[in-house]
Amino acid sequence: MSDTDLIGALRVLEREALAAVSGATDEAALETVRVTYLGRTEGSISKVLRGLGALPTGARPAVGQEANRVKIAVSEALKVRGLALAPQTRGSAEDLTLPSRGPWRGGLHPITQAVDEIWHIFRDMGFARARGPEADTEWYNFEALNTPLDHPAADEQDTLYLVDSVLLRSHTSPVQVRTMEAYEPPIRIIAPGWVYRRDTYDATHTPAFMQIEGLVVDEGVSFVDFKATLAEFARRYWGPDTRVRFRPSFFPFTEPSAEVDVKRVITKPDGTRVETDWLEVMGAGMVDPAVLENVGYDSERYTGWAFGMGPARIAMLKHGVDDLRTFFENDMRFLAQFSS
Amino acid sequence: MKASARWLRELVPGLDLSAPAMADRLALRGAPVESIVSPGEGLADVVVAKVLTADRHPNADRLSVCTVDGGQGVVPVVCGAPNVRAGGWYPFAPVGAVLPGGLEIKKAKIRGEVSHGMLCSAKELGLSGDHGGILALEGEFTPGQSFVAALGLDDATLDVEVTSNRGDLLSHVGLARELATAGTGDIALTELPGSPRLEFAYQEGTPEARAGGVSVRIDDPDLCHRYLGAVLRGIQVRPSPAWLQERLRGAGARPINNVVDATNYVMLELGHPLHAFDLRRLAGSAVVVRRARVSERAFTTLDGVERPLGPDMLMICDAEKPVGVAGVMGGLHSEVEPDTTDVLLECALFAPKSIRATRKALGMSTDASYRFERGVDPAGMQQALERCVRLILAIAGGAVDGPVLDCVPVGFEAQIVPLRLARIERLLGVPFTSAQVRTLLSPLGFQVIGEGDGTLQVRVPGFRSYDVRREVDLIEEVARTHGFDAFPSDLGPYRAGNVPDHPLFRLEDELRASLVARGLYEAHTPAFAPESDGNVEVSNPLSATERYMRGSLLPGLLRRVEHNFAHGNRDVRLFEIGTAFARRGPGEPPLESTRLAAVLTGLRAPAHWTAEDEPFTVWDLKSLLEDVVRRAHGDALVLAPGCESARLDASAAFTVTDARGAIVARGGRVAEGAVDAPVWAGAVWALEVELPSEVPARGAVSYRALPTFPPVDRDLALLVPDQIPSATVTAAMSAHAGALLEEVALFDVYAGEGIPAGKRSLAFRLRFRAAERTLKDTEVDKTVRSVLERLEEELGVEPRG
Repeated sequence: MSDTDLIGALRVLEREALAAVSGATDEAALETVRVTYLGRTEGSISKVLRGLGALPTGARPAVGQEANRVKIAVSEALKVRGLALAPQTRGSAEDLTLPSRGPWRGGLHPITQAVDEIWHIFRDMGFARARGPEADTEWYNFEALNTPLDHPAADEQDTLYLVDSVLLRSHTSPVQVRTMEAYEPPIRIIAPGWVYRRDTYDATHTPAFMQIEGLVVDEGVSFVDFKATLAEFARRYWGPDTRVRFRPSFFPFTEPSAEVDVKRVITKPDGTRVETDWLEVMGAGMVDPAVLENVGYDSERYTGWAFGMGPARIAMLKHGVDDLRTFFENDMRFLAQFSS
Repeated sequence: MKASARWLRELVPGLDLSAPAMADRLALRGAPVESIVSPGEGLADVVVAKVLTADRHPNADRLSVCTVDGGQGVVPVVCGAPNVRAGGWYPFAPVGAVLPGGLEIKKAKIRGEVSHGMLCSAKELGLSGDHGGILALEGEFTPGQSFVAALGLDDATLDVEVTSNRGDLLSHVGLARELATAGTGDIALTELPGSPRLEFAYQEGTPEARAGGVSVRIDDPDLCHRYLGAVLRGIQVRPSPAWLQERLRGAGARPINNVVDATNYVMLELGHPLHAFDLRRLAGSAVVVRRARVSERAFTTLDGVERPLGPDMLMICDAEKPVGVAGVMGGLHSEVEPDTTDVLLECALFAPKSIRATRKALGMSTDASYRFERGVDPAGMQQALERCVRLILAIAGGAVDGPVLDCVPVGFEAQIVPLRLARIERLLGVPFTSAQVRTLLSPLGFQVIGEGDGTLQVRVPGFRSYDVRREVDLIEEVARTHGFDAFPSDLGPYRAGNVPDHPLFRLEDELRASLVARGLYEAHTPAFAPESDGNVEVSNPLSATERYMRGSLLPGLLRRVEHNFAHGNRDVRLFEIGTAFARRGPGEPPLESTRLAAVLTGLRAPAHWTAEDEPFTVWDLKSLLEDVVRRAHGDALVLAPGCESARLDASAAFTVTDARGAIVARGGRVAEGAVDAPVWAGAVWALEVELPSEVPARGAVSYRALPTFPPVDRDLALLVPDQIPSATVTAAMSAHAGALLEEVALFDVYAGEGIPAGKRSLAFRLRFRAAERTLKDTEVDKTVRSVLERLEEELGVEPRG
């Protein structure tokens, strides 16, 4: 046979084979079809393939390619029909209310979710994330932050020490100093991370917990920018009707210093909307010029603001968790409630 | 700081605020109020009663049978107090009354005599610890009158949270300054009833002031800048008058005796801690302020505790020995006693740092040390001392003997701080005029003494000399008194920051998302560990559970698996990203590494009737480990079987080593005994990967054109000796098949029937392809033959029959 004849014959075989496949009504019939066309020795398509060697060299590729195509097409059809004819393993195919089959669900820890939600809002306002070591020195944790070691303010966050002047950072504020040392303004960062305090475990304290620091430094940054940005954050996080209050406070590394309170509007089950009490959500303030000078910034030229907040406390409020320790148990039944 | 609302109202004429309204105003000035309680809380049922008769109980020597008029008719009452007398006024709890602590008064028969109520002691009313007898009330009352109103206990005590920079707020006058506004009068101190007008004379002397045989000397002027001592003679120690007791109770303090109460009153009013020494106990009638001597090893404070002394502790001494720990607590042997007649009254100024160091070393904190640490007003010492002297004279009698001894080695000079209006605007974002600034600052005691070129010269009052030293401190005062809420909050434009988002956070995000998609839950565990799991020690742990920092995340995560097992959770899939710590050189901060650890146990997918339940296997663990390693370290690192770890079973574990030979990851089956597991629990799989400290930038993918020519596949079933790993076979095939080999994939592993012992059958599919032409079967066959020959030669691998 010539190569063109062969190709024509292959196409005829293909049509026949496909018709036979769809005509097969059970798995045995389908197997007969397979043997007839693709059987290793007697299959009619296989025979054509074996006959290739007899062709002149120049004709082989074209015929070979076509034979391969037909073989694949018929194999696919056999496979699809085979699946349709295969007996159902168990149960009834018609009862679509039966549960689906799929992989396990997983999820982020609720505190990570809070950190991420907060981060995404700040990201939208032009912030990036910075980080620093958890074991740090007194210089970064206190002195560079305008907190002399012999001032009562150094006591307020009772600190865990490792050796000499090396401690476990009691807040994320050392990241402010390290970031300013490494970069020139404009600075616009948040720094989520673990911090440590000499506390015993109870419903509202753990000796290790997450904190999120924030820092903005540039020319012309004022108390108005500070208030506006944090109020905007609060409205984006807690809802547009949230009221925000700034109360004077004291932190050695900010001046003026403020506590930020929010009053949320919540919808009760009966549909009425009520305001919550004021909730303290962060400590903040304008960066003290001494801190800017400590990192070599010109405090006459640059001004800035900073904040620190606790995502665990925010997650507690948000989810109604009343004991911080629950977050550390990592019970699968607890974590699954926050699955993604 | 506990403050009496009534006292505050009295200090600020025209201040008409309820206690909660005061609390709100203080909160907006930076001194939030934690609670408001009434000193008369729980005493609503108690009335004032007159004892008409008091006779000895017929059947008990120590009891009296009284007739009492409590406003509801005259009733018989049995009383055990020795001090009850006919005609006296006492607090009375009639039948049905409930006292603090829940005691309900019932009609009773005591040793045969009927009693219709109880005459109360101060202790029973929760007013003081004094249980010496019932509380005798001074003055005239109406029977049945409310006890709370009669004693002025209808006050409100505000518990004010004072930040550590504001020592000036640890006094009623300080708080009053924050409450005074344009609408109120100036602060006016309460007129002290019965106090004499006195002209005080002062005898200065440095280092020693001496007069009338009494002397005061400061040996350590770096720790004590000034010491005022007044000598009072002929006083009589007794309980304070009702008005003073009421004041102290309103401020949460307990009355003790008139001399001590007077010093406490002035401390609560003006913020200066004062101390009265019994002059009899001062050897040589001398006060010497000096550091403790090496020989002075211990000292008994007036609470009766013997405390060890250090050479840097500042002591108040007499000519021979210490009589008080300066600024912290007086001594047991020099305190005012009931028979004291002559006292030396101290008003001193100690260095805050010294007081802080001393009281920390002694492990104590007192009202005095708390104030000295935060700074007391150096300019108000004379006023405080004089006021206390006048109060003592009014309530304890006696007279001032000689001039006040005044030793001032370090005088106080008020600081002048320049304040630029332009700087206020730059920092606060809003312009303020000179007049506005003056109006805002002057009620707080700041005085503008000059102005020019847009700069005000501001004199800082003594009571703010500790926290207001710089321009920015004054700007904060401007903002605070203007009110933070009065500033606009308009979001303006901003410049993009210079700091890039940290790549390690991005890697963490990616890893978290990947693991969550694989069905794992993220865990958070604190980074503390027992000694067995860390070598970085915490030097001042609060509890044994926090003594070390973890060297690995795995043990903590395995403890969480145990917690889940203990609660019946069989299917546990957890991961954590966190910090591990390792010791470095002495005195150096530890080495920190960010790591990812994960654990898997139970079924690999939720049970479903269409499939058999399959537990997690080594292949799931391997896939997870490969995925994390690839995302964290790129494609170059490969998993090597085996692992040296007490926690993992080496026969089903992997190690990943980086280019420098450091182990960056481990994973495998958790060794028996490493997890406390119930019998029903399945195998636990665990891994830990160190994330790179410098996340490598991901190179751009270089696109390869998709092939246009068909591949040729060859399936090979090979008999492979058990000791030869499949990866070796794959590598050998890749090495010998030449450039035409595109891919090798293992698709079956079989051992058992038909396969010789010591061998297994591995089936591979080899895909060959040439980029520019269609491959010929013959050349592929030739290549395969050659590969098979080499496999047999090198590895003893032969084709399966």
